[in-house]
Amino acid sequence: MERQAPWLLPDGVDELLPPQAAQAEALRRRLIDLHTVWGYELIMPPFVEFIEVLLSGTGHDLDLQTFKITDQLSGRMLGVRPDITPQAARIDAHQLRRPGVTRLCYLGSVLQARPEGPAGSRNALQLGAELYGHAGIESDLEILSLMLETLRAAGLEALHLDIGHVGFFRTLSAQAGLDARQEGALYDALQRKAVDEMADVLAQAGVGDARLAERLASLARLHGAADAVLAEAQGTLRGIDPALDQALAALQRLADSLARRAPWLDLCFDLGELRGYRYHTGLVFAAYVPDHPQEVARGGRYDGIGRAFGRPRPATGYSTDLKTLLALGGGSAAAASAAGGGILAPWGEDAALLEQVQRLRQQGERVVWQLPPDRPEEPQQRDDGGPKERQQRLGHESTRVEGTAEGTDEPVGPGEQGCDRRLVARNGRWEVEAM
Amino acid sequence: MSRTLTLALSKGRIFEETLPLLARCGIEPQEHPESSRKLIIGTNREDLRLLIVRASDVPTYVEYGGADLGVAGRDVLLEYGGAGLYDPLDLGIARCRLMVAGPCGARVDLPRPRVATKFVELTRQYFAAQGRQAEIIKLYGSMELAPLVGMADLIVDLVDTGNTLRANGLEPLETITQISSRLVVNKAALKREHRRIGALIDDLAAAAAAGRAA
Repeated sequence: MERQAPWLLPDGVDELLPPQAAQAEALRRRLIDLHTVWGYELIMPPFVEFIEVLLSGTGHDLDLQTFKITDQLSGRMLGVRPDITPQAARIDAHQLRRPGVTRLCYLGSVLQARPEGPAGSRNALQLGAELYGHAGIESDLEILSLMLETLRAAGLEALHLDIGHVGFFRTLSAQAGLDARQEGALYDALQRKAVDEMADVLAQAGVGDARLAERLASLARLHGAADAVLAEAQGTLRGIDPALDQALAALQRLADSLARRAPWLDLCFDLGELRGYRYHTGLVFAAYVPDHPQEVARGGRYDGIGRAFGRPRPATGYSTDLKTLLALGGGSAAAASAAGGGILAPWGEDAALLEQVQRLRQQGERVVWQLPPDRPEEPQQRDDGGPKERQQRLGHESTRVEGTAEGTDEPVGPGEQGCDRRLVARNGRWEVEAM
Repeated sequence: MSRTLTLALSKGRIFEETLPLLARCGIEPQEHPESSRKLIIGTNREDLRLLIVRASDVPTYVEYGGADLGVAGRDVLLEYGGAGLYDPLDLGIARCRLMVAGPCGARVDLPRPRVATKFVELTRQYFAAQGRQAEIIKLYGSMELAPLVGMADLIVDLVDTGNTLRANGLEPLETITQISSRLVVNKAALKREHRRIGALIDDLAAAAAAGRAA
């Protein structure tokens, strides 16, 4: 096999180039600001840490997703984080140790050993928020509202919110007295909404209670418009177990509250949704947009996280990927940063010029030095050089004409760096003029 | 609002046996894939079209959102693995068995059998679940040949009537699982389009039940 070209990236690993990188940065700032005004404090946990932390709480779902390396200093295993949530939990439980409510947010690179789902990037820019120390539905609502506002701020429209509650499956499967293997098989079938296979598993497990089996199987069908699902579930699942009643009451309150807070929202319930079942303890939710085959943001309640760090705390949170937000909501972000232009400054040592450049930059202007030709044999650069001549000058050393405005045939000079104005000396003063 | 729904199907047996189910739901394709060569086929329902893909590609099309729904053999789904899809419905069509087979009189309990198959994942899981070590040889078709030319001791393949096995001096040894075709659905699509897709699932469930009764 031929040696691979050295500039190729690994599968599922991507990078942001101009202008997307600048758009991502602008979006990052907007969204961090949004979290700040909601009262969420930014944390920046490290990119690697001891594997036990990364696998704690969130269970071993993340085991296969974590790149592992040996720490030469301690001989212990390190993991590259596939998810920042466990790190935030560690920080809340052990570093901050605050009484009462702690609100944290984060934005950073994560790395997944396996691409998750279709065309998934393995190096997402994870943005998320976590609320610790409050077990009530109100904190779930706050996180949900923050998630929706984040998505809307990123320019995503026609949002669809899907909410489930792992309490339904957990309670009913406990009633059925399944062992771990049987519960695993039932979980697998429910996750695929394979009603017939659920019935097989229950029959094989010897669950004789037909009504209980029917209730478990009904979880695979209880999905759709919030009101309809709730009405049906009230009929079939209420009054059996306090945990189920609590879950139903939580969903009812969410539906009522979201109807007031976000009447534009397409809200659905899915009582068989088990995303992150092994570590979620209550509500689970995900947001979708049209024509994207996966959720764009997800979250839920995971009380008890922090137990591994000696301090179990109620917790709820959400996360998303900045690159996905940029790709799906790009329009408004792109428009905001597409403006710009800049001022081209001729290279020189004149003190007045240096001072003027510094002053303009302090005012927030983009000022770019026009470097002199670095090869004596090259003809003097001229601003009015035609495209043909420039092509010849660049010749074979580069097929890319530097500074060519994207999507137009209008060539920008090779030294002009996307500037629309320039500095010229007039009567001993440096003035800005249009190009 | 009425985005067109796409149903992915493979040519051949699955297409032939899905047609009557669709017909019971009042859905008729406008063309037949064997005669038209088209890969996207409209139906009498404006909001539903069919996509003709390779059988083993159906889960990929559905998970990636290239199709909202699909019909795929359980063998393909088990081999594809993962929980990235809903497969809410056994359509009860294209039935067969996934089996271990070998030359007549072959020993099944060889210490480290060489097994030729196109179902690499399934075969590995099946032998591992029994604590048996197996050497798996990936082939894309005509698995029956492998034991005949001494390349493998056993094969894992779909068996319908068993005629192909017998014609090549092989016999079925163990049944791994029963196979039929299932309806698969893209998770995000079901959430966003729960009314239309939900109705289609219900219709197909009724059609499949009627098919079984018939």
